[in-house]
Amino acid sequence: MRSCSAWPAGPSRLFLAVLLCGGMAVADTPTSRPSIHPLFESAEPARPHNRVDDFVFAKFSALNIRPVLCSDEVFVRRAFLDILGVLPTAEEARAFLQDPDRTTKRQRLVEQLLERPEFAEYWAMRWSDILRIKAEFPVNLWPNAAQAYHRWVLESLAANKPYDRFARELLTSSGSNFRVAPVNFYRAIQNRTPDGIAAAVALTFMGTRTDTWPSNQLAGFSAFFAQVGYKPTSEWKEEIVFWDPLGASRMPANVAPGRDNIVTTNRPVGRGVPTNLPPRMAVFPDGRRIALPPDRDPREVLADWLISPNNPWFGRVVVNRIWYWLMGRGIVHEPDDFRPDNPPSHPELLDYLSRQLAGANYDLKHVYRLILTSATYQLSSVPRDTRPEASAAFAAYPIRRLDAEVLIDAINQVTGTSDLYTSPIPEPFTYIPADLRAVAIGDGSITSPFLALFGRTARATGMESERDNRPMPAQWRHLLNSSHIQRKLETGPKLRTIWEGGRSTREVIENLYLAILSRYPTADEVKTVEAHLESAGAAPVASDSRRDGRGGGRTRSDAAQRRRDAWVDVVWALLNSNEFLFRH
Amino acid sequence: MKHSHSKPSITRREAICRVAAGAAGCALAGRPGEASATPPTPPPSAKAKSVIQIFLWGGMSHIDTWDPKPKAGSEYMGELSKTVDTNIPGLQLGELFPNLAKQADKFSLIRSMTHRNNGHETAAYLMQTGHTPGERISYPSIGAVFAYFKEREYKGLLPPYIVLTQPQGRFSEEGFLGPKYKPFATGGDPNNPRFEVEGIVARGISDERQRARRELLGRMDPLTRTAAASPAIAAAEEAKRAAYELILGPGKDVFDLSKEKDELRDRYGRHTFGQECLVARRLVENGVPYVVINYPGGWDTHSNHFPTMRRQCPQLDQGLATLLADLHDRGLLDSTIVWCTGEFGRGPKVDWQPPWNGGRNHYGAVFTVLVAGGGFKGGRVVGESDDKAMEVRDRPVYPVDLLGSIYQLAGIDPNAPLPHPMGLDAHVLPLNEPGVKSAGRLTELM
Repeated sequence: MRSCSAWPAGPSRLFLAVLLCGGMAVADTPTSRPSIHPLFESAEPARPHNRVDDFVFAKFSALNIRPVLCSDEVFVRRAFLDILGVLPTAEEARAFLQDPDRTTKRQRLVEQLLERPEFAEYWAMRWSDILRIKAEFPVNLWPNAAQAYHRWVLESLAANKPYDRFARELLTSSGSNFRVAPVNFYRAIQNRTPDGIAAAVALTFMGTRTDTWPSNQLAGFSAFFAQVGYKPTSEWKEEIVFWDPLGASRMPANVAPGRDNIVTTNRPVGRGVPTNLPPRMAVFPDGRRIALPPDRDPREVLADWLISPNNPWFGRVVVNRIWYWLMGRGIVHEPDDFRPDNPPSHPELLDYLSRQLAGANYDLKHVYRLILTSATYQLSSVPRDTRPEASAAFAAYPIRRLDAEVLIDAINQVTGTSDLYTSPIPEPFTYIPADLRAVAIGDGSITSPFLALFGRTARATGMESERDNRPMPAQWRHLLNSSHIQRKLETGPKLRTIWEGGRSTREVIENLYLAILSRYPTADEVKTVEAHLESAGAAPVASDSRRDGRGGGRTRSDAAQRRRDAWVDVVWALLNSNEFLFRH
Repeated sequence: MKHSHSKPSITRREAICRVAAGAAGCALAGRPGEASATPPTPPPSAKAKSVIQIFLWGGMSHIDTWDPKPKAGSEYMGELSKTVDTNIPGLQLGELFPNLAKQADKFSLIRSMTHRNNGHETAAYLMQTGHTPGERISYPSIGAVFAYFKEREYKGLLPPYIVLTQPQGRFSEEGFLGPKYKPFATGGDPNNPRFEVEGIVARGISDERQRARRELLGRMDPLTRTAAASPAIAAAEEAKRAAYELILGPGKDVFDLSKEKDELRDRYGRHTFGQECLVARRLVENGVPYVVINYPGGWDTHSNHFPTMRRQCPQLDQGLATLLADLHDRGLLDSTIVWCTGEFGRGPKVDWQPPWNGGRNHYGAVFTVLVAGGGFKGGRVVGESDDKAMEVRDRPVYPVDLLGSIYQLAGIDPNAPLPHPMGLDAHVLPLNEPGVKSAGRLTELM
């Protein structure tokens, strides 16, 4: 008898899980279960693992959804890509697949991945997207500040800084953009009016778009940001963000060089103390009015209100973002569009996760763990029900293309090659070390043609929808047929060690499948590849001899070349398969 | 989602849709602002259907070529002191342009182009966007603006904005319009036996191997079969099919110069630039709205100036003269604008001091632009520089005047709004902005 792959969240659940699995054989007859695609799906029944599943599975029967778990092969790939933004290596995939302890290995893998250094790199990229970390147009943080800001985000995540502290530092810091990195939150806002700052704060931390607010609500909220000041120093590109209750930084003579004049509603007239001081009353988004104390930075007053376990705009927003990042769809969707007429699909689940976050002292990894160890996260991606209600109910893991940075990193990992990332402005050009992965690039201005083509976000707005993973023919032309990819296939040192290592054809095929698709090939797939190698070996090689200027008879090196080309074609096909290109 | 107010000309959401995600996708997704998310299509009555822009990066010397001043003496003319007569009485060109001299009836010269900027990036941005850099927003180049406005009308498989063969890379040509309007740079060299075009015609991959690969891929992708019902997989497969139409279909033949007669290829010149001109003709013949030839070689001749001119000008002369004649012979010149310029000219006074040793420096005070076809009259000269080609003597022409004329002939309203990601008020060309100089469009040529 096969062991049960549904694994418990803790020792106390083991007993329950075994009971459920044992009882299943009686309760579920084969005809009542959907047929399984063994390559991608597990024959084990999908049963709730933890509280997350209770909320999600509760909706399934009404919608007549019969959930199916993914296979171990799918899970190992999914977990690496979702948690770290990297593909498992062939060795990592093999180790997981061969791990005999099927009751705990998925949970153990999640725990291991959450502690790897790539975790912080990958999630720093996501946070940098919504914080708009970019040296040049349109955010113009400037290179030093962009690097300092990214490093602060990276270190915060690596140290698992509690989210309440993370948010408070971003909201209330004062100081130099080079030395106090989180002040760059206020510099990465293009529209530096109180309304513009309020909109950025609402979008980033409250997941809400102020253009959907009643206009008087925005005015009251903006008052918290009417005393944010910016001033230059004598060091090039240095800028201080500070509490500026008298509006000194808005005096014409105090504007940072190279910056547009800051346009405010209370623009000073003439010299001296502004005649039009910032508002002294502010209104929280929940409608509560507050007189701003003269001896306190209003940003702190706002942070005190926002960062609270009972504030519906705080914890729910960040757990929903994490849910969206892992599950491909928010409980509130889109994740930066909280508003009364866009309700959550599972309100109790959202509240539960938010309470869990606050109860765990804002430990974000606790929320990752709850989601990643749920059965919901492990559902198959094979679409059985394409109704919108089904995807809103998380009936299947949604299939989505690898993000631009993750995709090129995966291609480089498989082939053993690297890409050049640069920023052409300002001179001197910025280059980064060849072994740095695209995911780890801190500054959104540092880029490559591949990243631009595959829809990396421009980090202009901080909205999740700015990243564009929709397919375009030009992307396929690049993947199928560009010199950029072909060169990697022909010269990639990792590939060479796989097919020139003197191993048997079967071993080479197995290693390629493990490295690229994180699974063993099926018997049919081995046959397909073997047949291709055979036919390529026998076929004429007109194009290649023409290219090399060598006509005439075939030599031993022709045969070797043909064999190499045949392997290149196999890898080419694997890299162009949707199984490789998509999270599934 | 409903927006109750309409204060900005577009909403932020819509702008992000258009810019970051691409207009077509938003329309498909049924997002707000669907109707206004697609730009107005140029009217069918517009004279110019396509544009070929020949960009002479680095800034070609005007006094040695389009605007010779033999009376200015060797201090100015250096060793290129001779001129050639053209087929237009009274019009002379520099001695290195004998072939262009025979086609002078087909083009006009603006000898009073000016923007007074001597920095490569700034001047290149001015000449290709019409906007002054340094603003907080980076405008799209004229080619990206064409791609945007021709979006609905142009249905070809080839990208709408193509660069032969290398991008400039010094400013983002797509600007705030976003990656969808980025120029497609072909790479490769059309003067090679096989013109390898990035993503379309691959090195060392015969059509036979290409087909064998495609079949192999079809047999090796079980997820595509299992998850065929997934909208993401279906969309990917549709995009892949469209990609293959170009890779394996007849569309890529436009890059196959072996389909042209050897005699014609010889006339264009058996060098990269000459063959690029031939490819450009084939592209506009296939309806591509905007083609840029970034001249394969720089014109930034601070030193080694005269040898560089003697090497490059004959190729420019041969390729461009044949392009104009060929477009004319095929009846394409009436519907194709050809314009040729660098970001500025070069100092008319030769710098004989070391380390320049007979070089010329950046010069934006006055220089020359060639325009032809698509509604521009030929055989004319607009404006005039002074005796030493140092200053504008008559009828200055500013970047907005030149670009505005090209837009007008192509039926694109130079005042039309462009979608900005922040919802800022952005237009094709600057409107009554302080500091933007204009002396009016080139009505004398239109």
